[in-house]
Amino acid sequence: MNVHEYQGKELLARYGVAVPTGKVAGSAQEAREAATALGSEVLVVKAQIHAGGRGAGAVVDNAEEAGRLFADHLEKEGLPAHDLSGGVRLVRSADEAADAAEAMLGKLLVTRQTGAGGRRVSRVLVEEGCDIARELYMSLLLDRATGRPVMMASTEGGMEIEKVAEETPGRIMRQEIDPAVGLIDGQARKVAFWLGIPAEGVAEAVVFMKSLYAAWLELDATMVEINPLVQTGAGTLLALDAKVSFDDNALFRQPDIAGLRDDAEEDPKETWAGKYDLSYIALDGNIGCMVNGAGLAMATMDIIQAAGGRPANFCDVGGGATAERVAEAFKIILSDENVEAVFINIFGGIMKCDVLAQGVVDAARDVEITVPLVVRLEGTNVDQGKAIIGESGLNIIGAEDMADGAAKAVQAAEQRA
Amino acid sequence: MSILLDSNSRVVTQGLGATGRFHLNGCREYGTSMVAGVRPGKGGQTAEDTPVFDTVAEAVDKEGANISVIYVPPPGAADAIMEAADAGIPLVVCITEGIPVTDMIRVQRFLEGRDTRLIGPNCPGIITPGQAKVGIMPGYIHEPGRVGVISRSGTLTYEAVHQLTQLGVGQSTCIGIGGDPIIGTGFIDALDLFNRDPDTDAVMMIGEIGGNAEELAAAWVQENMTKPVAAFIAGKTAPPGKRMGHAGAIISGGQGTAADKEAALEAAGMPVAPSPAELGVTLVMAMQRAA
Repeated sequence: MNVHEYQGKELLARYGVAVPTGKVAGSAQEAREAATALGSEVLVVKAQIHAGGRGAGAVVDNAEEAGRLFADHLEKEGLPAHDLSGGVRLVRSADEAADAAEAMLGKLLVTRQTGAGGRRVSRVLVEEGCDIARELYMSLLLDRATGRPVMMASTEGGMEIEKVAEETPGRIMRQEIDPAVGLIDGQARKVAFWLGIPAEGVAEAVVFMKSLYAAWLELDATMVEINPLVQTGAGTLLALDAKVSFDDNALFRQPDIAGLRDDAEEDPKETWAGKYDLSYIALDGNIGCMVNGAGLAMATMDIIQAAGGRPANFCDVGGGATAERVAEAFKIILSDENVEAVFINIFGGIMKCDVLAQGVVDAARDVEITVPLVVRLEGTNVDQGKAIIGESGLNIIGAEDMADGAAKAVQAAEQRA
Repeated sequence: MSILLDSNSRVVTQGLGATGRFHLNGCREYGTSMVAGVRPGKGGQTAEDTPVFDTVAEAVDKEGANISVIYVPPPGAADAIMEAADAGIPLVVCITEGIPVTDMIRVQRFLEGRDTRLIGPNCPGIITPGQAKVGIMPGYIHEPGRVGVISRSGTLTYEAVHQLTQLGVGQSTCIGIGGDPIIGTGFIDALDLFNRDPDTDAVMMIGEIGGNAEELAAAWVQENMTKPVAAFIAGKTAPPGKRMGHAGAIISGGQGTAADKEAALEAAGMPVAPSPAELGVTLVMAMQRAA
C-alpha cells in the first residue's frame, strides 16, 4: 500500500526523521493560510499524487490532453520536453502559494510514472523552502536474496536510482542490516562519511539513519525512499521528498496506516475486489480472465497474449473461494467495458470445480452476460462442475486445456468485434 | 526414494482450525502419518482422532514428530515456525499466506545456525507421490516417478504435474517453495537435493516475476547440475510495480522481469517452456536432449 508524500513525512517525523515544515491544503484558501502560517520567504507547493516525476510532469485539464502529453513528451526517454508547468512549484508569497494551488487542484497531473491517464490532484503540500547544499539519496528496503533489510545511499540525489545503478553503480552504497541488532552506529557513520557529510554533521546523520530504520521496521514498511535527501547549508540532513510503501500483509496490526489508504488513487475495480479479498489488477486488454492461484493467473494472462489477445485483468479468486466470492469476481471482470470475452481457467485443488461453477451460474443470474464465456475446468470435482454449467442453460464455450481455452476466447472476442 | 518426505515421515499439525483439520484428514487419506496436533491450552484432547499437545516440543517427545505443517493464521504463523524449529523439528512446511515481511526477516535470522529446513511460507507444501503428502495439493493428480518439481506457485504446479502425469511422466517429489519475498527453501536448495537424489532423473522448475532467485538458480545449474532441468516463468504480461497476487511477484525498478529470467535460464542451457500449456512436453524434451 502506498501513501502520499505528506502522510509519509508525518509518519517519518514521528520517528525523529528530519523533514521540512509543511502543511497540506485542499483549497487555494487553505494553501494561502498554510503559507502565511509557515511564514517562510521561499515556499514550495507540491501536488500530492501516488506517483513520482511530479516536477517534470504537466498539469492539464482533461484526459485527452494528459494522453497526448504522455505520448509526446513523457512516456519514453529522449522525447522533447513540454513547456507546461509541473506539479512542484516554487513560490515567494502567500498569494503565489494560493495561485499555485489553484492551478493544480482539481486538475490532472501527468508524469512519466502516472501512465497516460494522469492522476487527479486533490491536495497540495505547502512546505517551507530550504537551503540546499547537496542532493543525496537514501532508501531502506528488503534484500530478498538474504532476507535482510538493506540501506542504499547515493551521492546522486534527485535522479532515478535505477538509472544511477545502471550508469554509475560506484556512486551507490549498500549497507546490509542485521535484524537481530538493527543498524549500528558504526555502520551509519560509515554511510555518512562515504556520503561526504562534514564531520560535525555526522552524529546528526547517524540519528537520521537510525530513525529511518526504526520507522521502516516498526511501521512495517516495504520501502522508504528519500530522494532527494538534502544536505543543507548548515550540514544537516533533511528528507525533502519521501516515498513510503507498506506491507499489505501487516496492515492488520497497523490500523493507523490502513486508514491512510486513498481510494481515489486506486482503480475502483481493484478497491471493489479488495473488499471481497479477491486479488484483481486492471489491465488494458480485451480478454477478461478469472483464475484460481496467482501463478496460474499470471500464466493465463501470458497464454492469452501468446494466442494473439490481450488480457483485460489479472484475477486470482484464491484457493478457498466461495460461490459468493466467485460471483463477485465475475461481476468485477464484466464491469470492465473493454472486455470482449471472458476466459475462466480453473485447476481445482482445494477450490472445487463445482463451487466455481455454481458461483459463475449465480453471477450470471444477477448480471446480464453479453460477451462470450470460455470455461476450462480441471481437477477436483471437475465432472460435477461441468454438469452444473451444462444444466444452467448458459451459453458457455467449453475448453479442453489452457491453450485451447485461450485460443477460443481470443477467437470469440474477434468474432464479436 | 525421494527427497525430504517419505512413508516414514511423522507429521505434527500446527493450527487446528477448519483448514488445518480438513488437510490433516486429506494428508492422512493419502497415507501420511499424521501423528499429532498442537493447540496451546488444549493438550490432552484429540482432534480428527489425533492426539493434541500444548507445545510442539511435546509432540516431538511423545509422538516422534519429525515434520511440522503450519496453518496458523498470519499474526501467529512466524512464531509457530520458530517454535517448531526450537523443538528441533528438521522440516517445517508453512502453508500460511499473508505473513508480514518483518516477521519473516526475524524467522530467517532465527533459523540461522539451526538444523531446521523451512519450506514456504505461502506454499502448497510437499508431496512424494505414492508415499506421503504434507500440504494442500490434490494428491490424485500425482503419479510416482522420477521427475522432481519445484515451484513458486500452487495451482500452476498442479497444472505442471497434471501435464506430466498425462504424458506418463511420474514425479519423485514435488515442492511448492512459496510465493513470498522471503522463503525458507529456495530453488537452489531444492535443485541441490534433487541433484543428489538417486531416484530423480530430471527437474521441472517453475518461477515467476519478482526477485532474482531464477537468475541465481540458472547460474547454479550451469555450474553444478548433472541432471536436465526444464523451466517456465509466469508473468510475461505482468505490468511493472504491481504485486501479482503473490507478495513476491512484483517487478520493481526494472528488476525481476520474465524476460530477464528466461534469458538467464536459456543462457544456462535450460529449455524454457514457451507457454504454460507446454510445461510437460518441455520437460520431456529436456530429458531427450540429455539422453
